[in-house]
Amino acid sequence: MLEQMVTSFIASAGFGIIFNAPKSSLFQCGLVGMIGWIIYFWLVEMQYDSVFASCVASIFVGVISYICAKMYKTPVIIFTVGGIIPLVPGGLAYDAMRHFVQNDYNIALQLAAKVFLISGAIAMGLVFAEVVNLIIRKFLSVKQKARWRVLYNKDTNIES
Amino acid sequence: MKENGHSTLEIIEVCLLAGKIMLRSGAETYRVEDTMSRIAASCGIQNAHCFVAPTAIIFSMDGMEPTKLVRISERSTDLHKIALVNNVSRNISAGKLTIREAYALLKEMDQNDFTFPLWEQILAAAISSGCFLVMFQGKWNDFLAACIAGAVGFLFLVYVHRFIQIKFFAEFLASLMIGLSSAFFVKIGIGHQLDKIIIGSVMPLVPGLAITNALRDLMAGHLVSGLSRGAEAFLTAFAIGTGIAVVFTFL
Repeated sequence: MLEQMVTSFIASAGFGIIFNAPKSSLFQCGLVGMIGWIIYFWLVEMQYDSVFASCVASIFVGVISYICAKMYKTPVIIFTVGGIIPLVPGGLAYDAMRHFVQNDYNIALQLAAKVFLISGAIAMGLVFAEVVNLIIRKFLSVKQKARWRVLYNKDTNIES
Repeated sequence: MKENGHSTLEIIEVCLLAGKIMLRSGAETYRVEDTMSRIAASCGIQNAHCFVAPTAIIFSMDGMEPTKLVRISERSTDLHKIALVNNVSRNISAGKLTIREAYALLKEMDQNDFTFPLWEQILAAAISSGCFLVMFQGKWNDFLAACIAGAVGFLFLVYVHRFIQIKFFAEFLASLMIGLSSAFFVKIGIGHQLDKIIIGSVMPLVPGLAITNALRDLMAGHLVSGLSRGAEAFLTAFAIGTGIAVVFTFL
């Protein structure tokens, strides 16, 4: 597990360098990637399906990147990119391609369908994360408005 | 026609320049539109309309001002510039920057190159290839082979893309080289599991940014941009797959 944590952190931060993320946010990039990958890895170890695991992991990646973006006032995409990369089903796609080349279409199509499902799961995860972010934002703004209203009412009371 | 002491033409110029830099650096189209209309709104222009596709920006405002079109011919990935332009637009909205100062800043940003030096990028690609190998259940004794294959692939991607301006071909050649060098390492005994080495070292070529951008654009309702970005991602994935497939037919 520790091995996986260290390697996923380094790999995601490395992707930050390839995509030229700001130097100050490289650490957070690595962190987002590490959390996403660890969740995926843990769920797969717990015998959950890899489609489900990808979906859950990408939800976490989306939400954490949103929090990072709010904290450091930078665009969300800087953190999402690094976090999503480890979840991309590169190995399965590779296997599918190899079976296609070897004229083994039955297994190749099965693998390709799995790749397609996992990609879809990552997409759905990101969408869910967006929805969660929206809810958080709505909730916060409602709270803020309530606070404003209290302040405003106080002021008017004093004036009157 | 003056607003806040700036002519509308100046405001249009700033909006377009900001949009151009962002789109060139690989920002999502909805973020580009958002930034441009925010800048316009903070300058007092409420009814600005912009249409952004991955290859062009159209910006128009009601009234007598001409509608402007900017063509974006090449796109790269530069998250740092996106963050910088985002900062500039925040500062304009907060009133900390005047339009003229913002224009000077953006102009400087457009001409400068903030990318990491090439050797650092190649080193990063190499090390993340090795790490991906371990993440995908490879053995540590293949680490070095994956690192070198990843570095070779990334080097080819950068240099072939400089030489021939077709991204698809550059990606194809890069993954072909990855396959060949991995097979070579296995043959001379540095590498052991060919599959794992190839999977790990292909990862730096994976179109992660294009995929996430396509999704975010589609979710934001920008169907045209989302679909074309998706096509870009698919083409890249296809190029990588073809490169590896060619290697297999040799073996």
